[in-house]
Amino acid sequence: MFAVDLPYWAQSLLRVLGGTVAVLLPAGTIVYLFLFKMMSFMQSRLGPMEAGPYGSMQLFAEVGKWLQKEDIQPAKADKRIFKMAPLIVLVSTFLLVAVVPFGPDAYFTNFDAGVFYMLAVSSISTLGILIAGWSSANKYSLLGGLRAAGQLIAYELPMVLAVLGVVIQAETMNMQTIVLRQNAGAMFGWNGLGNPYILTQFVGFVIFMIAVQAELTQAPFDMPIAESELVSGYMTEYSGFRFLIFFIAEFATAGVFALIASVLFLGGWGVPFSWFGWHGVNDVANWMNIAGPLIMFTKMMVLTFLMMWVRFSYPRFREDQLQRFAWKVLIPVALLNIMVTAVLKVVF
Amino acid sequence: MQLFVFICAGLMILTGAIGVIVRSHPVHAALSLILTLFGVAVMYVAQEAQFLAAVQVIVYAGAIVVLFLFVIMLLGVDTAEDLRIEPFKLQRKFAMLVGGGVIGLVTIAAISSRDNLALVKPLPSDAVGSVEIASHDGNIRRLARDLFSDHVLAFELTSVLLVVAVVGTVLLARRAPKSPSETTS
Repeated sequence: MFAVDLPYWAQSLLRVLGGTVAVLLPAGTIVYLFLFKMMSFMQSRLGPMEAGPYGSMQLFAEVGKWLQKEDIQPAKADKRIFKMAPLIVLVSTFLLVAVVPFGPDAYFTNFDAGVFYMLAVSSISTLGILIAGWSSANKYSLLGGLRAAGQLIAYELPMVLAVLGVVIQAETMNMQTIVLRQNAGAMFGWNGLGNPYILTQFVGFVIFMIAVQAELTQAPFDMPIAESELVSGYMTEYSGFRFLIFFIAEFATAGVFALIASVLFLGGWGVPFSWFGWHGVNDVANWMNIAGPLIMFTKMMVLTFLMMWVRFSYPRFREDQLQRFAWKVLIPVALLNIMVTAVLKVVF
Repeated sequence: MQLFVFICAGLMILTGAIGVIVRSHPVHAALSLILTLFGVAVMYVAQEAQFLAAVQVIVYAGAIVVLFLFVIMLLGVDTAEDLRIEPFKLQRKFAMLVGGGVIGLVTIAAISSRDNLALVKPLPSDAVGSVEIASHDGNIRRLARDLFSDHVLAFELTSVLLVVAVVGTVLLARRAPKSPSETTS
Protein backbone atom coordinates (compact mmCIF):
# COMPACT_ATOMS: atom_id res chain seq x y z
CA MET A 1 0.00 0.00 0.00
CA PHE A 2 2.78 2.46 0.87
CA ALA A 3 6.35 2.86 -0.23
CA VAL A 4 7.38 2.11 3.34
CA ASP A 5 6.05 -1.23 4.49
CA LEU A 6 4.01 -0.45 7.54
CA PRO A 7 3.06 -3.13 10.05
CA TYR A 8 -0.52 -4.34 9.99
CA TRP A 9 -1.62 -2.36 13.04
CA ALA A 10 -0.25 0.91 11.63
CA GLN A 11 -2.02 0.33 8.34
CA SER A 12 -5.26 -0.41 10.17
CA LEU A 13 -4.87 2.73 12.28
CA LEU A 14 -4.22 4.82 9.18
CA ARG A 15 -7.27 3.35 7.51
CA VAL A 16 -9.52 4.05 10.48
CA LEU A 17 -8.20 7.62 10.72
CA GLY A 18 -8.56 8.12 6.97
CA GLY A 19 -12.08 6.74 7.05
CA THR A 20 -13.08 9.06 9.87
CA VAL A 21 -11.68 12.05 8.01
CA ALA A 22 -13.33 10.95 4.77
CA VAL A 23 -16.68 10.79 6.55
CA LEU A 24 -16.54 13.81 8.84
CA LEU A 25 -14.77 16.34 6.62
CA PRO A 26 -17.35 16.23 3.79
CA ALA A 27 -20.17 16.26 6.35
CA GLY A 28 -18.85 19.40 8.03
CA THR A 29 -18.12 21.16 4.76
CA ILE A 30 -21.52 20.33 3.33
CA VAL A 31 -23.35 21.51 6.42
CA TYR A 32 -21.48 24.83 6.67
CA LEU A 33 -21.14 25.71 3.01
CA PHE A 34 -24.44 24.45 1.70
CA LEU A 35 -26.90 24.05 4.55
CA PHE A 36 -25.91 27.27 6.33
CA LYS A 37 -24.61 29.58 3.65
CA MET A 38 -26.06 28.51 0.31
CA MET A 39 -29.53 27.95 1.73
CA SER A 40 -29.42 31.40 3.34
CA PHE A 41 -28.26 32.93 0.07
CA MET A 42 -31.12 31.29 -1.82
CA GLN A 43 -33.57 32.57 0.78
CA SER A 44 -32.14 36.14 0.73
CA ARG A 45 -30.75 36.11 4.25
CA LEU A 46 -27.28 36.10 5.73
CA GLY A 47 -27.28 32.87 7.71
CA PRO A 48 -24.96 32.47 10.71
CA MET A 49 -22.63 35.48 11.00
CA GLU A 50 -21.69 35.75 14.67
CA ALA A 51 -19.45 32.78 15.46
CA GLY A 52 -16.12 33.39 13.73
CA PRO A 53 -15.59 35.18 10.40
CA TYR A 54 -18.75 34.73 8.30
CA GLY A 55 -20.05 32.34 10.92
CA SER A 56 -17.47 29.70 10.05
CA MET A 57 -17.27 28.53 13.66
CA GLN A 58 -21.03 28.06 13.83
CA LEU A 59 -20.58 24.34 13.16
CA PHE A 60 -18.60 23.83 16.38
CA ALA A 61 -21.12 25.87 18.32
CA GLU A 62 -23.91 23.64 17.01
CA VAL A 63 -22.04 20.44 17.85
CA GLY A 64 -21.33 21.77 21.34
CA LYS A 65 -24.99 22.58 21.77
CA TRP A 66 -26.11 19.09 20.78
CA LEU A 67 -23.56 17.43 23.02
CA GLN A 68 -24.74 19.41 26.03
CA LYS A 69 -28.40 18.54 25.60
CA GLU A 70 -30.02 15.90 27.74
CA ASP A 71 -30.33 12.45 26.20
CA ILE A 72 -34.08 12.02 26.52
CA GLN A 73 -35.81 8.71 25.94
CA PRO A 74 -39.57 8.34 25.82
CA ALA A 75 -40.98 6.34 28.74
CA LYS A 76 -42.54 3.69 26.52
CA ALA A 77 -39.60 3.44 24.14
CA ASP A 78 -37.78 0.17 23.57
CA LYS A 79 -34.63 1.50 25.24
CA ARG A 80 -31.92 -0.72 23.80
CA ILE A 81 -33.16 -0.54 20.24
CA PHE A 82 -33.82 3.16 20.59
CA LYS A 83 -30.17 3.71 21.52
CA MET A 84 -28.88 1.37 18.84
CA ALA A 85 -30.74 2.80 15.83
CA PRO A 86 -28.67 5.96 15.14
CA LEU A 87 -25.47 3.96 15.42
CA ILE A 88 -26.64 1.50 12.76
CA VAL A 89 -27.26 4.40 10.38
CA LEU A 90 -23.82 5.90 11.10
CA VAL A 91 -22.04 2.55 10.77
CA SER A 92 -23.53 2.03 7.32
CA THR A 93 -21.98 5.36 6.29
CA PHE A 94 -18.57 4.33 7.59
CA LEU A 95 -18.79 0.97 5.85
CA LEU A 96 -19.78 2.76 2.65
CA VAL A 97 -16.65 4.92 2.52
CA ALA A 98 -14.45 1.84 2.86
CA VAL A 99 -14.95 0.94 -0.78
CA VAL A 100 -14.21 4.35 -2.34
CA PRO A 101 -10.76 4.60 -3.97
CA PHE A 102 -9.01 7.96 -3.47
CA GLY A 103 -5.84 7.39 -5.45
CA PRO A 104 -3.73 4.75 -7.22
CA ASP A 105 -2.61 3.38 -3.85
CA ALA A 106 -4.79 5.41 -1.52
CA TYR A 107 -7.73 3.14 -0.94
CA PHE A 108 -9.15 1.41 2.09
CA THR A 109 -10.10 -1.83 0.38
CA ASN A 110 -9.85 -2.92 -3.20
CA PHE A 111 -11.91 -5.96 -4.01
CA ASP A 112 -13.83 -7.27 -6.96
CA ALA A 113 -17.40 -7.01 -5.74
CA GLY A 114 -16.94 -3.34 -4.80
CA VAL A 115 -20.00 -1.92 -6.54
CA PHE A 116 -22.16 -4.68 -5.16
CA TYR A 117 -20.75 -4.19 -1.67
CA MET A 118 -21.59 -0.48 -1.92
CA LEU A 119 -25.21 -1.27 -2.79
CA ALA A 120 -25.47 -3.87 -0.04
CA VAL A 121 -24.06 -1.68 2.70
CA SER A 122 -26.17 1.32 1.73
CA SER A 123 -29.27 -0.81 2.30
CA ILE A 124 -28.37 -1.31 5.98
CA SER A 125 -29.36 2.24 6.89
CA THR A 126 -32.97 1.29 6.06
CA LEU A 127 -32.89 -1.02 9.06
CA GLY A 128 -31.62 1.69 11.37
CA ILE A 129 -34.30 4.14 10.26
CA LEU A 130 -37.08 1.56 10.48
CA ILE A 131 -36.26 0.48 14.03
CA ALA A 132 -35.62 4.10 15.07
CA GLY A 133 -39.18 4.89 14.03
CA TRP A 134 -40.62 1.83 15.71
CA SER A 135 -38.74 1.97 19.01
CA SER A 136 -39.68 5.60 19.67
CA ALA A 137 -43.21 4.48 20.65
CA ASN A 138 -44.64 7.47 18.84
CA LYS A 139 -47.16 7.26 16.03
CA TYR A 140 -45.51 10.03 14.01
CA SER A 141 -42.17 8.31 14.31
CA LEU A 142 -43.64 4.96 13.30
CA LEU A 143 -45.35 6.50 10.28
CA GLY A 144 -42.11 8.24 9.33
CA GLY A 145 -40.13 5.04 9.74
CA LEU A 146 -42.55 3.02 7.60
CA ARG A 147 -42.62 5.69 4.92
CA ALA A 148 -38.83 5.87 4.95
CA ALA A 149 -38.49 2.10 4.64
CA GLY A 150 -40.97 1.97 1.76
CA GLN A 151 -39.18 4.79 0.02
CA LEU A 152 -35.68 3.43 0.53
CA ILE A 153 -36.64 0.00 -0.80
CA ALA A 154 -38.41 1.53 -3.79
CA TYR A 155 -35.46 3.76 -4.73
CA GLU A 156 -32.81 1.15 -4.13
CA LEU A 157 -33.95 -0.69 -7.26
CA PRO A 158 -33.42 2.18 -9.74
CA MET A 159 -30.07 2.79 -8.05
CA VAL A 160 -28.94 -0.81 -8.57
CA LEU A 161 -30.19 -0.81 -12.14
CA ALA A 162 -28.55 2.54 -12.94
CA VAL A 163 -25.20 1.31 -11.65
CA LEU A 164 -25.49 -1.87 -13.74
CA GLY A 165 -25.08 0.21 -16.90
CA VAL A 166 -21.66 1.33 -15.68
CA VAL A 167 -20.77 -2.22 -14.67
CA ILE A 168 -21.65 -3.51 -18.14
CA GLN A 169 -19.58 -0.83 -19.81
CA ALA A 170 -16.59 -1.22 -17.52
CA GLU A 171 -16.82 -5.06 -17.51
CA THR A 172 -16.00 -5.04 -13.81
CA MET A 173 -17.46 -4.40 -10.38
CA ASN A 174 -14.15 -3.24 -8.95
CA MET A 175 -14.34 0.48 -8.16
CA GLN A 176 -10.62 1.00 -8.73
CA THR A 177 -10.77 -0.68 -12.14
CA ILE A 178 -13.81 1.41 -13.06
CA VAL A 179 -11.72 4.54 -12.40
CA LEU A 180 -8.86 3.20 -14.50
CA ARG A 181 -11.14 2.23 -17.38
CA GLN A 182 -12.57 5.73 -17.53
CA ASN A 183 -9.24 7.53 -17.44
CA ALA A 184 -7.37 5.19 -19.75
CA GLY A 185 -10.29 4.97 -22.15
CA ALA A 186 -10.87 6.89 -25.35
CA MET A 187 -13.84 8.32 -27.17
CA PHE A 188 -13.75 7.29 -30.85
CA GLY A 189 -9.98 7.09 -30.69
CA TRP A 190 -9.56 10.52 -29.05
CA ASN A 191 -8.23 10.13 -25.54
CA GLY A 192 -7.85 13.77 -24.52
CA LEU A 193 -10.56 13.46 -21.90
CA GLY A 194 -10.47 9.76 -21.21
CA ASN A 195 -13.93 8.28 -21.30
CA PRO A 196 -15.94 9.46 -18.29
CA TYR A 197 -19.09 7.38 -18.14
CA ILE A 198 -21.29 10.40 -17.54
CA LEU A 199 -21.21 10.90 -21.32
CA THR A 200 -22.26 7.39 -22.30
CA GLN A 201 -24.30 6.66 -19.19
CA PHE A 202 -25.99 10.02 -18.76
CA VAL A 203 -29.38 8.41 -18.20
CA GLY A 204 -27.84 6.17 -15.57
CA PHE A 205 -26.19 9.18 -13.92
CA VAL A 206 -29.45 11.11 -13.70
CA ILE A 207 -31.31 8.09 -12.30
CA PHE A 208 -28.51 7.45 -9.81
CA MET A 209 -28.56 11.02 -8.53
CA ILE A 210 -32.37 11.01 -8.19
CA ALA A 211 -32.21 7.70 -6.32
CA VAL A 212 -29.48 9.07 -4.04
CA GLN A 213 -31.65 12.07 -3.28
CA ALA A 214 -34.46 9.72 -2.30
CA GLU A 215 -32.15 7.43 -0.30
CA LEU A 216 -31.07 10.43 1.76
CA THR A 217 -34.72 11.36 2.32
CA GLN A 218 -33.92 14.88 1.14
CA ALA A 219 -36.42 17.21 -0.46
CA PRO A 220 -38.20 16.70 -2.82
CA PHE A 221 -38.27 13.14 -1.44
CA ASP A 222 -38.57 14.10 2.24
CA MET A 223 -42.02 12.66 2.83
CA PRO A 224 -40.69 10.44 5.68
CA ILE A 225 -39.40 13.41 7.66
CA ALA A 226 -42.00 15.94 6.55
CA GLU A 227 -41.81 18.64 9.23
CA SER A 228 -45.29 20.02 8.74
CA GLU A 229 -47.14 16.74 9.20
CA LEU A 230 -44.81 14.22 10.82
CA VAL A 231 -42.58 16.57 12.86
CA SER A 232 -39.36 15.04 11.45
CA GLY A 233 -40.72 11.48 11.34
CA TYR A 234 -38.39 8.86 12.76
CA MET A 235 -36.19 11.53 14.38
CA THR A 236 -38.97 13.14 16.42
CA GLU A 237 -38.05 11.60 19.76
CA TYR A 238 -34.30 11.88 19.42
CA SER A 239 -32.44 14.66 21.18
CA GLY A 240 -28.90 15.53 22.15
CA PHE A 241 -26.05 13.54 20.68
CA ARG A 242 -28.28 10.82 19.23
CA PHE A 243 -29.95 13.40 17.03
CA LEU A 244 -26.48 14.71 16.21
CA ILE A 245 -25.50 11.22 15.01
CA PHE A 246 -28.51 11.10 12.69
CA PHE A 247 -27.62 14.57 11.47
CA ILE A 248 -23.97 13.73 10.80
CA ALA A 249 -24.96 10.43 9.16
CA GLU A 250 -27.34 12.20 6.79
CA PHE A 251 -24.79 14.67 5.47
CA ALA A 252 -21.86 12.27 5.60
CA THR A 253 -23.90 9.83 3.52
CA ALA A 254 -24.65 12.63 1.06
CA GLY A 255 -20.90 13.21 0.76
CA VAL A 256 -20.07 9.52 0.40
CA PHE A 257 -22.73 8.96 -2.24
CA ALA A 258 -21.34 11.97 -4.12
CA LEU A 259 -17.89 10.35 -3.91
CA ILE A 260 -19.30 7.10 -5.25
CA ALA A 261 -21.11 8.89 -8.06
CA SER A 262 -17.89 10.65 -9.01
CA VAL A 263 -16.11 7.28 -9.08
CA LEU A 264 -18.79 5.65 -11.21
CA PHE A 265 -19.54 8.48 -13.61
CA LEU A 266 -16.91 11.23 -13.44
CA GLY A 267 -13.65 9.32 -13.50
CA GLY A 268 -12.99 9.28 -9.77
CA TRP A 269 -9.56 10.34 -8.53
CA GLY A 270 -7.91 10.20 -11.92
CA VAL A 271 -7.00 12.70 -14.58
CA PRO A 272 -7.11 11.44 -18.18
CA PHE A 273 -3.98 9.31 -18.40
CA SER A 274 -3.05 10.61 -21.86
CA TRP A 275 -2.20 14.03 -20.39
CA PHE A 276 0.88 12.59 -18.77
CA GLY A 277 1.44 9.68 -21.11
CA TRP A 278 0.43 7.01 -18.59
CA HIS A 279 -0.91 3.69 -19.83
CA GLY A 280 -2.02 1.78 -16.76
CA VAL A 281 -2.15 1.92 -13.01
CA ASN A 282 1.58 1.11 -12.78
CA ASP A 283 2.59 4.23 -14.74
CA VAL A 284 0.61 6.57 -12.55
CA ALA A 285 2.93 8.91 -10.68
CA ASN A 286 3.08 8.77 -6.91
CA TRP A 287 1.90 12.35 -6.45
CA MET A 288 -1.54 11.21 -7.58
CA ASN A 289 -1.95 9.74 -4.09
CA ILE A 290 -1.99 13.35 -2.83
CA ALA A 291 -3.73 14.94 -5.81
CA GLY A 292 -6.28 12.14 -6.09
CA PRO A 293 -8.11 12.84 -2.83
CA LEU A 294 -8.20 16.56 -3.69
CA ILE A 295 -9.68 15.82 -7.11
CA MET A 296 -12.22 13.53 -5.49
CA PHE A 297 -13.09 16.24 -2.98
CA THR A 298 -13.64 18.79 -5.75
CA LYS A 299 -15.90 16.43 -7.67
CA MET A 300 -17.77 15.61 -4.48
CA MET A 301 -18.37 19.31 -3.81
CA VAL A 302 -19.76 19.80 -7.32
CA LEU A 303 -22.12 16.85 -6.97
CA THR A 304 -23.30 17.74 -3.47
CA PHE A 305 -23.85 21.28 -4.73
CA LEU A 306 -26.25 19.84 -7.33
CA MET A 307 -27.97 17.70 -4.67
CA MET A 308 -28.40 20.63 -2.29
CA TRP A 309 -29.57 22.91 -5.09
CA VAL A 310 -32.35 20.46 -5.87
CA ARG A 311 -33.05 20.10 -2.16
CA PHE A 312 -33.57 23.81 -1.61
CA SER A 313 -35.51 24.40 -4.82
CA TYR A 314 -38.20 21.78 -5.25
CA PRO A 315 -41.43 21.26 -3.32
CA ARG A 316 -42.18 17.92 -1.71
CA PHE A 317 -43.56 14.92 -3.60
CA ARG A 318 -46.75 13.40 -2.26
CA GLU A 319 -46.33 9.81 -0.99
CA ASP A 320 -48.20 8.15 -3.88
CA GLN A 321 -46.49 10.35 -6.47
CA LEU A 322 -43.17 9.41 -4.97
CA GLN A 323 -43.81 5.67 -5.19
CA ARG A 324 -45.30 5.93 -8.68
CA PHE A 325 -42.29 7.90 -9.86
CA ALA A 326 -39.93 5.15 -8.68
CA TRP A 327 -41.86 2.14 -9.98
CA LYS A 328 -43.39 3.49 -13.16
CA VAL A 329 -40.77 5.94 -14.41
CA LEU A 330 -37.31 5.33 -12.96
CA ILE A 331 -37.24 1.52 -13.01
CA PRO A 332 -38.50 1.09 -16.61
CA VAL A 333 -36.11 3.78 -17.84
CA ALA A 334 -33.24 2.14 -15.97
CA LEU A 335 -34.11 -1.27 -17.46
CA LEU A 336 -34.20 0.27 -20.92
CA ASN A 337 -30.83 1.86 -20.24
CA ILE A 338 -29.39 -1.55 -19.34
CA MET A 339 -30.80 -3.10 -22.52
CA VAL A 340 -29.41 -0.36 -24.76
CA THR A 341 -26.04 -0.48 -23.01
CA ALA A 342 -25.84 -4.26 -23.35
CA VAL A 343 -26.74 -4.16 -27.04
CA LEU A 344 -24.22 -1.38 -27.76
CA LYS A 345 -21.58 -3.24 -25.75
CA VAL A 346 -22.03 -6.32 -27.93
CA VAL A 347 -22.18 -4.35 -31.19
CA PHE A 348 -19.07 -2.21 -30.60
CA MET B 1 -6.36 -14.24 12.39
CA GLN B 2 -8.56 -16.64 10.45
CA LEU B 3 -9.46 -18.50 13.60
CA PHE B 4 -10.28 -15.24 15.37
CA VAL B 5 -12.62 -14.14 12.56
CA PHE B 6 -14.21 -17.57 12.54
CA ILE B 7 -14.84 -17.49 16.29
CA CYS B 8 -16.28 -13.97 16.15
CA ALA B 9 -18.57 -14.79 13.23
CA GLY B 10 -19.56 -18.06 14.84
CA LEU B 11 -20.47 -16.29 18.06
CA MET B 12 -22.51 -13.75 16.07
CA ILE B 13 -24.38 -16.50 14.27
CA LEU B 14 -25.08 -18.52 17.40
CA THR B 15 -26.13 -15.52 19.52
CA GLY B 16 -28.44 -14.39 16.76
CA ALA B 17 -29.90 -17.84 16.20
CA ILE B 18 -30.58 -18.38 19.90
CA GLY B 19 -32.03 -14.87 20.09
CA VAL B 20 -34.48 -15.60 17.29
CA ILE B 21 -35.89 -18.53 19.26
CA VAL B 22 -35.68 -17.18 22.80
CA ARG B 23 -36.88 -13.61 22.31
CA SER B 24 -40.64 -13.48 22.76
CA HIS B 25 -40.90 -10.10 21.07
CA PRO B 26 -41.19 -10.46 17.26
CA VAL B 27 -39.19 -7.29 16.52
CA HIS B 28 -36.33 -8.39 18.76
CA ALA B 29 -36.39 -11.82 17.13
CA ALA B 30 -36.19 -10.24 13.68
CA LEU B 31 -33.22 -8.11 14.79
CA SER B 32 -31.48 -11.21 16.13
CA LEU B 33 -32.00 -12.78 12.73
CA ILE B 34 -30.05 -9.87 11.20
CA LEU B 35 -27.15 -10.64 13.51
CA THR B 36 -27.12 -14.22 12.27
CA LEU B 37 -27.28 -13.15 8.63
CA PHE B 38 -24.37 -10.75 9.11
CA GLY B 39 -22.36 -13.49 10.79
CA VAL B 40 -22.94 -15.69 7.76
CA ALA B 41 -21.87 -12.82 5.50
CA VAL B 42 -18.64 -12.46 7.47
CA MET B 43 -18.06 -16.19 7.01
CA TYR B 44 -18.48 -15.77 3.25
CA VAL B 45 -15.95 -12.93 3.19
CA ALA B 46 -13.52 -15.07 5.18
CA GLN B 47 -13.93 -17.73 2.47
CA GLU B 48 -13.09 -15.12 -0.23
CA ALA B 49 -16.67 -15.17 -1.53
CA GLN B 50 -17.23 -11.41 -1.36
CA PHE B 51 -19.92 -11.45 -4.02
CA LEU B 52 -21.94 -14.00 -2.10
CA ALA B 53 -21.51 -11.95 1.08
CA ALA B 54 -22.76 -8.81 -0.63
CA VAL B 55 -25.75 -10.73 -2.01
CA GLN B 56 -26.43 -12.09 1.46
CA VAL B 57 -26.50 -8.58 2.94
CA ILE B 58 -28.43 -6.90 0.14
CA VAL B 59 -31.08 -9.61 -0.16
CA TYR B 60 -31.54 -10.83 3.39
CA ALA B 61 -30.55 -7.98 5.70
CA GLY B 62 -31.50 -5.23 3.29
CA ALA B 63 -34.74 -6.56 1.89
CA ILE B 64 -36.19 -9.64 3.54
CA VAL B 65 -35.72 -8.69 7.20
CA VAL B 66 -36.91 -5.17 6.41
CA LEU B 67 -40.00 -6.79 4.92
CA PHE B 68 -40.43 -8.88 8.10
CA LEU B 69 -40.19 -5.77 10.24
CA PHE B 70 -42.55 -3.96 7.92
CA VAL B 71 -45.19 -6.67 8.27
CA ILE B 72 -44.72 -6.92 12.04
CA MET B 73 -45.07 -3.17 12.47
CA LEU B 74 -47.93 -2.72 10.00
CA LEU B 75 -50.02 -5.59 11.33
CA GLY B 76 -49.34 -4.51 14.89
CA VAL B 77 -48.34 -7.95 16.17
CA ASP B 78 -45.48 -6.26 18.00
CA THR B 79 -46.65 -7.41 21.41
CA ALA B 80 -45.08 -10.36 23.13
CA GLU B 81 -46.89 -13.60 22.39
CA ASP B 82 -48.10 -16.02 25.04
CA LEU B 83 -46.08 -19.13 24.36
CA ARG B 84 -48.47 -21.43 26.24
CA ILE B 85 -51.18 -21.04 23.62
CA GLU B 86 -50.63 -23.44 20.77
CA PRO B 87 -52.58 -22.57 17.65
CA PHE B 88 -51.55 -25.67 15.73
CA LYS B 89 -51.50 -28.87 17.78
CA LEU B 90 -48.78 -31.05 16.30
CA GLN B 91 -46.52 -28.13 15.47
CA ARG B 92 -44.07 -28.49 18.34
CA LYS B 93 -43.67 -32.23 17.98
CA PHE B 94 -42.99 -31.86 14.27
CA ALA B 95 -40.58 -29.02 14.94
CA MET B 96 -38.69 -31.14 17.46
CA LEU B 97 -38.57 -34.06 15.02
CA VAL B 98 -37.26 -31.91 12.16
CA GLY B 99 -34.76 -30.06 14.36
CA GLY B 100 -33.41 -33.26 15.89
CA GLY B 101 -33.26 -34.88 12.48
CA VAL B 102 -31.25 -32.05 10.96
CA ILE B 103 -28.80 -31.97 13.88
CA GLY B 104 -28.41 -35.75 13.66
CA LEU B 105 -27.83 -35.74 9.90
CA VAL B 106 -25.28 -32.91 10.07
CA THR B 107 -23.43 -34.64 12.91
CA ILE B 108 -23.36 -37.95 11.03
CA ALA B 109 -22.19 -36.20 7.85
CA ALA B 110 -19.45 -34.36 9.73
CA ILE B 111 -18.25 -37.52 11.49
CA SER B 112 -18.32 -39.71 8.39
CA SER B 113 -16.43 -37.17 6.26
CA ARG B 114 -14.00 -36.05 8.96
CA ASP B 115 -11.08 -37.90 7.43
CA ASN B 116 -11.81 -36.52 3.95
CA LEU B 117 -11.98 -32.98 5.29
CA ALA B 118 -8.52 -33.34 6.77
CA LEU B 119 -7.24 -34.43 3.35
CA VAL B 120 -8.82 -31.52 1.51
CA LYS B 121 -7.58 -28.91 3.96
CA PRO B 122 -4.09 -28.14 2.59
CA LEU B 123 -5.45 -27.85 -0.96
CA PRO B 124 -6.77 -24.23 -1.03
CA SER B 125 -3.41 -22.58 -0.34
CA ASP B 126 -1.92 -24.31 -3.42
CA ALA B 127 -5.03 -23.75 -5.50
CA VAL B 128 -4.95 -20.01 -4.94
CA GLY B 129 -1.50 -19.78 -6.41
CA SER B 130 -1.91 -22.14 -9.35
CA VAL B 131 -5.47 -21.84 -10.61
CA GLU B 132 -5.60 -18.08 -10.08
CA ILE B 133 -8.76 -18.06 -8.03
CA ALA B 134 -7.61 -14.77 -6.59
CA SER B 135 -7.22 -13.26 -10.04
CA HIS B 136 -9.15 -10.24 -11.19
CA ASP B 137 -12.91 -10.63 -10.91
CA GLY B 138 -12.38 -14.38 -10.85
CA ASN B 139 -15.22 -14.90 -8.43
CA ILE B 140 -17.92 -13.00 -10.26
CA ARG B 141 -16.81 -14.04 -13.74
CA ARG B 142 -16.82 -17.74 -12.88
CA LEU B 143 -20.19 -17.40 -11.22
CA ALA B 144 -21.61 -15.68 -14.29
CA ARG B 145 -20.07 -18.22 -16.65
CA ASP B 146 -21.51 -21.10 -14.67
CA LEU B 147 -24.90 -19.48 -14.30
CA PHE B 148 -25.34 -18.52 -17.94
CA SER B 149 -23.85 -21.61 -19.55
CA ASP B 150 -24.24 -24.81 -17.55
CA HIS B 151 -27.19 -23.80 -15.43
CA VAL B 152 -29.02 -21.51 -17.80
CA LEU B 153 -32.19 -23.62 -17.75
CA ALA B 154 -32.42 -23.56 -13.96
CA PHE B 155 -31.69 -19.84 -14.03
CA GLU B 156 -34.47 -19.13 -16.52
CA LEU B 157 -36.90 -21.36 -14.62
CA THR B 158 -36.16 -19.40 -11.45
CA SER B 159 -36.85 -16.14 -13.23
CA VAL B 160 -40.12 -17.56 -14.57
CA LEU B 161 -41.05 -18.55 -11.02
CA LEU B 162 -40.36 -15.03 -9.78
CA VAL B 163 -42.34 -13.44 -12.60
CA VAL B 164 -45.26 -15.75 -11.82
CA ALA B 165 -45.10 -14.69 -8.18
CA VAL B 166 -45.05 -11.00 -9.13
CA VAL B 167 -47.95 -11.34 -11.55
CA GLY B 168 -49.91 -13.29 -8.95
CA THR B 169 -49.30 -10.63 -6.31
CA VAL B 170 -50.42 -7.86 -8.64
CA LEU B 171 -53.53 -9.83 -9.56
CA LEU B 172 -54.44 -10.46 -5.92
CA ALA B 173 -53.64 -6.98 -4.69
CA ARG B 174 -55.45 -5.20 -7.48
CA ARG B 175 -59.08 -4.43 -6.80
CA ALA B 176 -61.25 -4.47 -9.89
CA PRO B 177 -63.15 -1.19 -10.21
CA LYS B 178 -66.77 -1.85 -9.31
CA SER B 179 -68.37 1.12 -10.96
CA PRO B 180 -67.03 3.78 -13.33
CA SER B 181 -67.20 6.39 -10.57
CA GLU B 182 -64.70 4.49 -8.41
CA THR B 183 -61.98 4.22 -11.03
CA THR B 184 -60.17 7.30 -9.80
CA SER B 185 -57.75 5.39 -7.63
